[in-house]
Amino acid sequence: MSTLPVGMGGSGIAPATIGGEIDNTGSHPGRREPLVLGMDTFGEVTRTVCRVTEAKRPPFAWYIAFGLSVSLVGLLGFCVLYLIATGVGVWGLNNPVMWAFDITNFVFWIGIGHAGTLISAILFLFRQKWRTGINRFAEAMTIFAVMCAGIFPAIHVGRVWVVYWLFPIPNQMEMWPQFRSPLLWDVFAVSTYFTVSLLFWFAGMVPDLATLRDRATTKFRQFAYGLFALGWRGSNRHWHRYERAYLLLAALSTPLVLSVHSVVSFDFATSQLPGWHTTIFPPYFVAGAIFSGFAMVVTLAVPAREMFGLKNLITLRHLDNMNKIILVTGCMVGYAYGMEFFIAWYSGALYEKFAFINRAFGQYWWAYWIMVSCNVITPQLFWFKAIRTSIPLMFILSLFVNVGMWFERYVIIVTSLANDFLPSSWDRFIPTWVDIGTMLGAFGLFFTLFLLFCRFLPMIAMAEVKAVMPQADPHFGEDHGDHDHAAKGSHA
Amino acid sequence: MSTLVTTPRESTGGSGVPGHRRVYGVIAEFETPGAILKAAEQVRLAGYRWWDCCTPFPVHGLDKAMGVKNTILPWLVFGAGATGTTVAFLLQSFTNSFDFTIWAMVWVTGYPFLISGKPLLSLPAFIPVMFELTILLAATSCFGLMFLFNGLPRHSHPLLANDRFRRVTNDRFFVVIETRDPRYRPGHTEEFLRSLGPVAVEAVEEEPCPE
Repeated sequence: MSTLPVGMGGSGIAPATIGGEIDNTGSHPGRREPLVLGMDTFGEVTRTVCRVTEAKRPPFAWYIAFGLSVSLVGLLGFCVLYLIATGVGVWGLNNPVMWAFDITNFVFWIGIGHAGTLISAILFLFRQKWRTGINRFAEAMTIFAVMCAGIFPAIHVGRVWVVYWLFPIPNQMEMWPQFRSPLLWDVFAVSTYFTVSLLFWFAGMVPDLATLRDRATTKFRQFAYGLFALGWRGSNRHWHRYERAYLLLAALSTPLVLSVHSVVSFDFATSQLPGWHTTIFPPYFVAGAIFSGFAMVVTLAVPAREMFGLKNLITLRHLDNMNKIILVTGCMVGYAYGMEFFIAWYSGALYEKFAFINRAFGQYWWAYWIMVSCNVITPQLFWFKAIRTSIPLMFILSLFVNVGMWFERYVIIVTSLANDFLPSSWDRFIPTWVDIGTMLGAFGLFFTLFLLFCRFLPMIAMAEVKAVMPQADPHFGEDHGDHDHAAKGSHA
Repeated sequence: MSTLVTTPRESTGGSGVPGHRRVYGVIAEFETPGAILKAAEQVRLAGYRWWDCCTPFPVHGLDKAMGVKNTILPWLVFGAGATGTTVAFLLQSFTNSFDFTIWAMVWVTGYPFLISGKPLLSLPAFIPVMFELTILLAATSCFGLMFLFNGLPRHSHPLLANDRFRRVTNDRFFVVIETRDPRYRPGHTEEFLRSLGPVAVEAVEEEPCPE
């Protein structure tokens, strides 16, 4: 059993997925495509996933992407340092618009994270076996997105060096955080979300890290993967507790993921600003978060499966399923936009009505219509199976959704603040280069971490994929005479 | 190939002869989940106690075949979650509703924040943080206790030093019977394992003890 890669390119890919008849939309489960294509043994799954990290060097495209991303991280570092050294005045904020790019980016990144937890926890509870192909890197995406999100509230507070005031730590002023503020709920929600997602991700990865440890050919790899594999040896007595713990973590993460964006939406909904002060915000934010998160998973999965030869594990069926979720959540988001407008009129609240008409036809009309066209019209194209199963189209559409969801937060935050109750206090927000640099830098950080993850960690949950293969069923192939083990064992 | 180096625990004892280590146990290698399921059933019926099955992924039905008892982990996680709820409520009501002084590593005094005329002890506003700390404590203890009960992390293990056993994290399934099992009999246990139809049976040595 050598560790040589087997058919890096097209040879291993079953032609049925590309352009052929895809039968995974039917209601008859038996006729759906298998989750793993072109592989009959567990060993093939191991080799396919491990060769990504075991290859001498990553594909050339990886270097280009990594170089670009790291440069953006440099830009992020510079912009953040410049901000801290100078003050938040380097951003384009002004008196009515005191939140703009910073909180837009925060909400955007937190939202991106939600798809990972949805895939890992909620789909797990619903026994959706197709999640196993995509859960690992979707969870990784969650963690990196929450890291990017965490930067913004931390640096927008002004005096970054006293950011620990957010936590209930005894201090010399004998002051405590104000627990009735949604901003403080946010601190707890986001830090809990990050911690729990990280534990869930790591717990899921331990058996796969053990695989990499056991395949290691150098002392260093053996030590490094061995350190994080925690001495895992696949004992069934361990698996028993592990599976129970995994189920519990999924059950705990499910209400958590729904709560995080609800709490984020409280930052707005509990204020009295027209355009923010609405009860629809928690479910609307959660749907939008899952919508944007799945779009980001598609954006990452499409190039990653090409680059690392994982088309047999992240199949068109996985992508098709994700596009369906984008369609569903896109409809929810579209409904929320419509309902917001309806309530603005139906409530009879003058300021609310103005806020919404101003959103669509005021100074930020262009942002509003970018949002509507990207988030409401784009996902509707996924009604068509041909579009749902076309790799280039789904990639482009997922980019549209990413852009649209960034603009959704921009529209909610900036238009509401810029034109509030008193026309005399109205102003317009114009981003500075530091605003834009920090935003791009966060993307750089996200992609840098993701590329490092792809290169050094098991990108696909091998143990989980193996467990959903038909061969993993102890009764697999029993009808075909599986009783010759005694004869086989005699040479042992 | 499988070489069978079986040295009974008693015969070498102590530090032993150099190059002749004590035997930790015997492993039998199987190729399919179905095969290990049947083997596990037999090992349990034979009355072994210090034994295990090691698999690349959890095999459905193996818990029952091995007679693994349900873990108490969920109850402890529930306890941790309830602790989180309580701690969060006490933390918030102390810091935001009262002004007495307590000792919590250092002397700390509460501060009754009066915010827009809301009641000082405003439970609804405390719910989100109570929820978050419930989840945080439950999830961290779930993670920590699971590995703790499994005896992990562990730096090394006799099985991990065995070359054949390396495929356990890839595509092979192993039954392990330890020599400390009261029913372990050199030679006889290997015979028994071979009768279960494995592809190989091999003795696994203990790790060298640092002198």
